[in-house]
Amino acid sequence: MSVIPSEVIIVKAPDIRESAARERREKLSAFLRNWQGVVGLVLVVLFFVSAIFAPWIAPYEPNTMDIPARLSPPVWDHIAGTDQLGRDTFSRLLYGGRVALKIAVIGVSVSLAIGLLLGMIAGLGPRWLDNLLLLLFDAVRAFPTIILALATVALTGPSMEMVLAIVIITSIPQYARVTRTATMSLRNTEFIQAERSLGASTIRILWHHILPNVIGPLLILAAMDVPVVVSVEAGLSFLGLGVLPPTASWGTILNEGYLVIRDAPWMVVAAGIPLILTTLGFTFLGEALRDIFDPRMGRGR
Amino acid sequence: MIAYLTKRLGLSVAVVFLVVLMLFSLLQLIPGDPATVALGPRATPEAVARYAEKMHLNAPVWQQFLIYAGNAATGDLGIDVFSERAVTTIILERIGFTLALIFAAMGWAMLLGIPLGCLAAVKPNTWVDRITGVLSVGTIAVPSFLVSIWAILIFAVNLRWLPAIGAGEPGDTADQLTHLILPAFAVGLSWVGYLARMVRASMLEVMGETYIRSARAFGLTQRRIVFGYALRVAILPTITLIGMGFGGLISAAVFAEIIFARPGLGKLIFDSVMARNFPIVQGGVLVATSLYLVVVLFSDLLIAWIDPRVRDSL
Repeated sequence: MSVIPSEVIIVKAPDIRESAARERREKLSAFLRNWQGVVGLVLVVLFFVSAIFAPWIAPYEPNTMDIPARLSPPVWDHIAGTDQLGRDTFSRLLYGGRVALKIAVIGVSVSLAIGLLLGMIAGLGPRWLDNLLLLLFDAVRAFPTIILALATVALTGPSMEMVLAIVIITSIPQYARVTRTATMSLRNTEFIQAERSLGASTIRILWHHILPNVIGPLLILAAMDVPVVVSVEAGLSFLGLGVLPPTASWGTILNEGYLVIRDAPWMVVAAGIPLILTTLGFTFLGEALRDIFDPRMGRGR
Repeated sequence: MIAYLTKRLGLSVAVVFLVVLMLFSLLQLIPGDPATVALGPRATPEAVARYAEKMHLNAPVWQQFLIYAGNAATGDLGIDVFSERAVTTIILERIGFTLALIFAAMGWAMLLGIPLGCLAAVKPNTWVDRITGVLSVGTIAVPSFLVSIWAILIFAVNLRWLPAIGAGEPGDTADQLTHLILPAFAVGLSWVGYLARMVRASMLEVMGETYIRSARAFGLTQRRIVFGYALRVAILPTITLIGMGFGGLISAAVFAEIIFARPGLGKLIFDSVMARNFPIVQGGVLVATSLYLVVVLFSDLLIAWIDPRVRDSL
């Protein structure tokens, strides 16, 4: 025989659901009122769409040469001009976006997954393991990205896989640190203790209780990490340490443009624009999401 | 305090040791015989044998590692394969250019970014604040190597105001300074944004504290409150940020050195990678990472020294 009258429960249940829906609506409208967030979202969508549909959008094949039209300034037929071999820069930039997209998606998701795992191990595991992992993260972070890339390229030679490896290795520590801190602060909370005393396995606790609590901050971190990853790829490719010509990447196009900076200055200008729009887009989006979902993380890292 | 110092120092030493270990393992991963790799395929067997003898290549790997780590600890980073000069000497010749670039870049970024952040925090939600906000996100979003390229395009190619290549004539300070302007601009630009945002955020927080209200009640001027009292506390997270971000600063400096052909440490490592001159790569990377660790350590100690709350809790 319940002490609580049944109608109270009936009234309460839809109320909670409604307040959750209201909260979602409020967050959505808060996002829509944040102009940086909206601009960021538009730029991010533009990045994905232009990269995925590059073969259909591009007016030319990225590697088709047209020597008579070499080093053409921006004209109607070639809206971003052509390079030394007469290749259409606009088409090459679209294809370059595919390289950036690939690096961003694979690099960020793999490093997030590994960082999440290592962070949980560090947060829940024995003290010595935690200390060892922290030391490893510090050691990795002690290498400035480009220095690590130079050291690795010295051995393996430049390639797309190498860029991916560098990006993943340098990104893991930040995800792992956030996960570790969150895991540690959750480990001794009452609801986890209660769950544990009910006989829940560590895996269950991690999957059902810790993961939902850390995934939000991690995804925001991931959005903020994309600009870094994309610029690392472009920077390394620019120096000839990343994606190799003739593959079109924003970095290799910048490199080819830099060689003809006096004769065809529009090339380095055009090649920089998608890079800036992408980094700006993800930064805006990440910051707007952070301000709405996790105000404690504050402005400015 | 002493316990904290020992712990931080011990941690840094452990990280340096790990870095040395990683660098050493990297070299072990090079396919082929190290002596042949270093001397090239056309080296005579006698030269290869001599090199192997000199570099202790016939000793077991762990012994080689101990020899290398021991030498590195005493400041001996080995011998350059091509010029046969000491790697330490070569690095010391070049590192000044890198340090000058980093200090110049950080210097102008601080001179502009910190006052901008203060101004934005004192007048929140005004046009000053909005412009600072947009400007700082904008500068953070542009990768430094792109700034370098575009700066060359504008100031060296189009306007012909500043030189783009090299570090200037040795001994001619004015020439060296004009060669420093463009790289320092490119490396420091994103830091203006970082610093302005960081200072703004922590300043806003500090300005809400009760002791600032007391200072106001005593009739102190706004300028005196901001620069005399609030900034001293608000600057603390910024110091941490500079320490943590120093790795990024080194990366940016490496890009700038390569693009502007400035003969610093980054250019040295880059050229050595291209020439497959491994002792210099190894030594240069070790010095660059140690530099980063020293700065992080220094910024932590600086905070402990400035902030009595941290000092007491140690």
